[in-house]
Amino acid sequence: MGRVVVDVMPKPEILDPQGKAVASALPRLGFDQFSGVRQGKRFELEVDGPVTEEILAAARAAGEQVLSNPVIEDVVAVYEEQD
Amino acid sequence: MRVGVVTFPGSLDDRDAARAVRLAGGEPVALWHADADLHGVDAVILPGGFSYGDYLRAGAISRFAPVTGSIVEAARGGLPVLGICNGFQILTEAHLLPGSMIKNDHRRFVCREQQLRVERTDTAWTNEYAEGEVITVPLKNQDGQYVADERTLDELEGEGRVVVRYVGANPNGSWRDIAGVSNERGNVVGLMPHPEHAVEPGFGPDGAKGPRSGTDGLRFFTSVLKSLVG
Repeated sequence: MGRVVVDVMPKPEILDPQGKAVASALPRLGFDQFSGVRQGKRFELEVDGPVTEEILAAARAAGEQVLSNPVIEDVVAVYEEQD
Repeated sequence: MRVGVVTFPGSLDDRDAARAVRLAGGEPVALWHADADLHGVDAVILPGGFSYGDYLRAGAISRFAPVTGSIVEAARGGLPVLGICNGFQILTEAHLLPGSMIKNDHRRFVCREQQLRVERTDTAWTNEYAEGEVITVPLKNQDGQYVADERTLDELEGEGRVVVRYVGANPNGSWRDIAGVSNERGNVVGLMPHPEHAVEPGFGPDGAKGPRSGTDGLRFFTSVLKSLVG
């Protein structure tokens, strides 16, 4: 069984309210090393067989058309996850 | 005139929208997300709520519902379509309207009576308003911050496609105070605030005639009836 990971992030120019909330919570727990946080989404797409070029192409297409909204988000990575 | 109101799993304001249609003098027709048949309606309302739990993104899954495919096709042919709140989010996900909505800039749910300026009055849903008229309707949302790239925003303003704009405080950080937009033709309108909650004296926002007397939202629904007759 193979697995493809699709990572989606809010566009850099779009304010990320969730990331900002996390960023302001970190120092309260002593994590004061981080000057900013952006929160994205990770999708794991499973296939029964091996991850072929076609499978990766389909995952890229799904990333662009369904898993992200190109107005507010970018697909930043599509890759096979090795066990 | 028969106005369809769609119910998705997680819709909240479908009954209020149907009630608004009835109070305006139309006949509401319940449409179901899994049924691609529009049952011959003359216009469609996508109501507010949290369809499919806002999973993936607000409105993202509803875009793939069988009924949405039929609505998108009919809207391209000129069918009047109004998206309120979550319905607006669905219209942007379906690419019938530009832009998108992200979480409110202050990160809290907001529920308030909101002033809006009506800026486009030749749409199927706003022709009973005067240009520049300021109205008050309820607003309640979590993902209500309207965003689009600068070019799209310039285009919308240049073509006069901003239908309603927030007046006074901007409640959710929407870019350029945009509360609602239309397609070029004006048959498709989407807005974040809820005109269907300000249609009957005694149940609306506070108005000139006293507490809860506001019915400023009703003309969205009489507008579409008028546009269908004319």
